[in-house]
Amino acid sequence: MKEATAKRITDDLLRPLLHTSWRFFLLVAVLGGIVLMGGIAWMYQIWNGFGESGKRWPVFWGFYITNFVFWIGISHAGTLISAILRLVNAGWRRPVTRCAEVITAFALMIGAMFPIIHLGRPWLFFWLVPYPNQRLIWPNFRSPLVWDFFAISTYLTGSVLFLLLPMIPDFALVRDKTTGFRRKFYGALALGWQGTTKQWHRLESAMQIMAIAIIPVAVSVHTIVSFDFSMAPVPGWHSTIFGPYFVAGAIFSGIAALIIAMAALRKFLHLEDYLHPVHFENLGKLLLMMSLLWAYFVFAERLTTWYGNGTSEMNVFWATQDGGYSPLYWLMVVCNFVIPFPILSLRKLRTVTGCVIASCSVVVGMWLERFLIIVPTLSHKYLTYSWGSYRPGPPEIMIMISTFAAMGLLYTIFSKLVPIISIWELKVGEHPFPIETAAQVKEHAILRTNP
Amino acid sequence: MSVLYALYSEPDEVQKAVDSLRKAGVPEKEIVVISSEPIEEYEFSHRDKATWLYWIAGGGGALGLAFGTWLTRMTELAWPLQTGGMPIVSWWPNLIVMFELTMLGGILATVVTLFITAKIPTRENALYDVAVSDGKILVGVESPTEGLRAGIQNALGAGRVVSR
Repeated sequence: MKEATAKRITDDLLRPLLHTSWRFFLLVAVLGGIVLMGGIAWMYQIWNGFGESGKRWPVFWGFYITNFVFWIGISHAGTLISAILRLVNAGWRRPVTRCAEVITAFALMIGAMFPIIHLGRPWLFFWLVPYPNQRLIWPNFRSPLVWDFFAISTYLTGSVLFLLLPMIPDFALVRDKTTGFRRKFYGALALGWQGTTKQWHRLESAMQIMAIAIIPVAVSVHTIVSFDFSMAPVPGWHSTIFGPYFVAGAIFSGIAALIIAMAALRKFLHLEDYLHPVHFENLGKLLLMMSLLWAYFVFAERLTTWYGNGTSEMNVFWATQDGGYSPLYWLMVVCNFVIPFPILSLRKLRTVTGCVIASCSVVVGMWLERFLIIVPTLSHKYLTYSWGSYRPGPPEIMIMISTFAAMGLLYTIFSKLVPIISIWELKVGEHPFPIETAAQVKEHAILRTNP
Repeated sequence: MSVLYALYSEPDEVQKAVDSLRKAGVPEKEIVVISSEPIEEYEFSHRDKATWLYWIAGGGGALGLAFGTWLTRMTELAWPLQTGGMPIVSWWPNLIVMFELTMLGGILATVVTLFITAKIPTRENALYDVAVSDGKILVGVESPTEGLRAGIQNALGAGRVVSR
């Protein structure tokens, strides 16, 4: 690669790290303010008790568990997509992977907060960790809630490492390009990286192994989240389709979140030369495929329930089809299929703007889907005496809004501290291929064995 | 530690330099090539490719599986309570924890092995030049023997050799 090209890539991608405008501080202040309000709402709820939330018998899983499932789903944007694209060696992945992997790390952290927020006494959160109590009684390892702990912590560990490892060479680059405190800071993060051929091989081999390992882990995580529901003999939940249905939904919402994040980065960090319309078009095609797959799963699940015609199942079914939850249900269908399908099917509409509109619609639709899986079922159990309704309380709404702000805040700060596009991977994509003659191949072989 | 190195702009020049060092009698493992990105297309970057990383990752996974099997079984037998009509040691649900710990073992073994074999973290490297970050490629030899110094300087191009 020409040095001029390398310099241009380096300068462009280090610009957000080295120059800070007032807009960055304004954005951090606004998002930080919303996160703070969410924190205050949580404290208010802890102080006054769960009566401040909308949770009433029989619906004890409301917004918090909806958000838990939603954010764990969003986390499927990054590492999974990045790992698949890495394994199939898709060249267009290079500017996309880090943007995606960051979403996974932060979405998992936010998602994992919700079981704690959901606790009446969150200061005892460590009781969720599988270790024995003073009488040497362990938590029940046959419970899906313990499986959640193992799945989410494995996925979070793997995803954070998958994100961090390829950042090391970029930290070394920033170390060499900065002075003073920054040089020390990035020097520490670079871990003394040189860039020897051996180090590059080990890094690439490790990334290959991590990519292979992380795909089944990602699939298992949302399958296990679905087990939180499907293991219970509750109408609307006890279904064998829930595992793949949740995984498909998670990838669907994850791709949508990735498109929105990439569009924001492209606009605010002026990365038009790196995040091209073709990246959005390719991700738009993936989103279209997932929209079709989602529609297929919904149809299969609904038809099976309707055809079975079980009394308790049908109570939940009709509550969402033409009962009190039907406006939300049909809005979900519109957001997840009716809007994105034509936009993403027509090439003319599959532009950056078109993909962002479709993605925003999908994010709303998938949040509604999570809500509709949880609440209508809990409010329509087997016997009519245990029927009820749910209306979220102000702290639940505020905390939910603040998590979206927290995602934005973490992403903004991250893109200020770390090159949001992997510089070395982008440079590799620019390499020309040399033509080695047969004589050169032979000479190298001889030199290797007989220097 | 003394070092001798030269910086190049093009991978073709690097390949020639590496070949010249070999001809000068520098042992293969003492030739160091440093770049700001992997350059897979050239022969010089295929040295040091052999690795046990895949096997070690597999070994880590096996350890994770063994630990997961022990942990699930031990916790169920430590206080044997029947739950949901399941046997005390229930292999179907246990498989989930065993799977997660297998993958975690593989991932952690990979990362630890990467750090050890790539020799990171380290405090300071004698053989390095910040020009690498500008796209230059460094070819050098660490602690060259006195007898080889002249040959190395010749191989790297006498005018461009940096000696420290």
